Amino acid sequence: MAAKTIISRPIYGILSPQPGKHHLFIADAEGALAITDMGGKAPPGFFDGAEIVFIPGPEGKHIAALEALKPAQLHIAPSFASLLPRLRQTLTNAHMGLRLYLAGTEGLIGQAMQVALEAGIDHTSMQTEHRGSLARRMQCVHCKGITENVTTQPALCSHCGLLLLVRDHYSRRLAAFQGVCINAEDRSEIPPMEEAFP
Amino acid sequence: MGITFRKETFRDDYTFRNSPEHIRRFPFPFNEDAYMYAVNIEPHVVGPKGSVLENLIDVDEHYVAEMQDRALVLAEDPLRCQSLPHMTLAGWDLLELLMEQQALGYPEHFTLERNGDRWRWINRPLGIDDTFTFGDTSTLPYGPMEYITRQSQGDFCILDQRDGNLWMDAGMVTTQADWSLDFDIGMNFFEWHAPVPLAHEKGIFTRALKFLTNIQQGKPARRLNWTMTINPRLDTSPENYHKWGPDRATVTPENVGQKVHLRVELQSFWRLPRSNAIVFPIRCYLIKMDELVTQPKWARRLHRVIRDLPEDLATYKGLTRYRPTLVEWLSKLDDVSSTSPGFGPD
Repeated sequence: MAAKTIISRPIYGILSPQPGKHHLFIADAEGALAITDMGGKAPPGFFDGAEIVFIPGPEGKHIAALEALKPAQLHIAPSFASLLPRLRQTLTNAHMGLRLYLAGTEGLIGQAMQVALEAGIDHTSMQTEHRGSLARRMQCVHCKGITENVTTQPALCSHCGLLLLVRDHYSRRLAAFQGVCINAEDRSEIPPMEEAFP
Repeated sequence: MGITFRKETFRDDYTFRNSPEHIRRFPFPFNEDAYMYAVNIEPHVVGPKGSVLENLIDVDEHYVAEMQDRALVLAEDPLRCQSLPHMTLAGWDLLELLMEQQALGYPEHFTLERNGDRWRWINRPLGIDDTFTFGDTSTLPYGPMEYITRQSQGDFCILDQRDGNLWMDAGMVTTQADWSLDFDIGMNFFEWHAPVPLAHEKGIFTRALKFLTNIQQGKPARRLNWTMTINPRLDTSPENYHKWGPDRATVTPENVGQKVHLRVELQSFWRLPRSNAIVFPIRCYLIKMDELVTQPKWARRLHRVIRDLPEDLATYKGLTRYRPTLVEWLSKLDDVSSTSPGFGPD
């Protein structure tokens, strides 16, 4: 967990079972463990009304553990982009009382929250838990391109190639941290690139 | 007698200048020889004749050139003007406010005729004469906020009020001091101010929010803010930081007077009648050091303020690279005599 820094930087909690009949979990990679940990605290029958959407990532782990929770529905998606149409449909048609749980990398939590916000769900009503990589999703303020899985400080924009300071300033609407040219005043100054968000 | 509008630029050859009368009316932001954040908000009431407060929405000799610069910025980057879907009514509120205020203060330049919902707006400096139906967006060439803010000096943020907070849900922002509307749109008051150092800990934003959410219709408020800009560049956006940032490394003892500008924002806060939103005009005034130091009191005071500014504030305001050169240059104009109280020149 990253230290608390500035107010726009998201703060994540620990998933806890919410009252209600309809529960939607969206998780990637080690986010599955946040769900199984929560499963231990859930009342009997909790997962009878739960849908879990899971992006296992390259390591492909944790699917069996989620199956063992016996959710009403378990959907495995190869990537967030592939999941997007389904997620939009689910959230648009969701019951008023749908409870949303987001777990895993910041990029996953941010992008799932972005879709939920567009569907009119208030961000404070969502449960979130950060697990796994600290890699950041970054928007270049100059060219507006999004670079996924940024682990270094500074970082290169994968679109325009500028060397960017990855700020803590975060936009829920964009689901991204802000990247600002770190050597704009003198391009010959090239600070060393360090692993900052492993 | 109307205003003589200057032909000038805020980019490339930078021909921006202030006339002697405009130097005297510059809203110098320091009323003492030191600066620290404060909730320096006061009622926005009409001030002395000849000051920038003579009218609540100030139009000055830079009007036409600023509107031309705004059009250039928007052509390059349309994301500088955005309005979330629920903010159209607030845009009409703003259109009414700016048309009324500009027509009231400068009848020789602006005329608003109303016949029920049928309105005619004449803007002589920009050669505009449009008739439209108030409330019907299809009768204007742009949305109401964009239409009127293409004809009004300063940036404009429209803040929706809900859940005891203010939300940056619409804006026209082309002359900003290094913040991005495109990134911050949709954020609440604390979130979009998150990068500002020191002020959160001092409780500044909590108190400011409380004040702002209580603003009443017809009782606007104002405050001044300031920073510095190298060259008279209005568009110091983060979007273009890689283009204007190098200017900060070009300050030398020889060119301080022409290159370094004090940039003052006259921020005002108005409750809008139909939408209950707050509009937050951020009017930017620039003055080059050579112009500012024609007023000896300002020269002495600015020297002391910049010299003694806490390091983290100087960093936040982007002064670090040229502060020593500027302080050295200003020190020669500081005879260590005392300065009179208040903002104005002697």
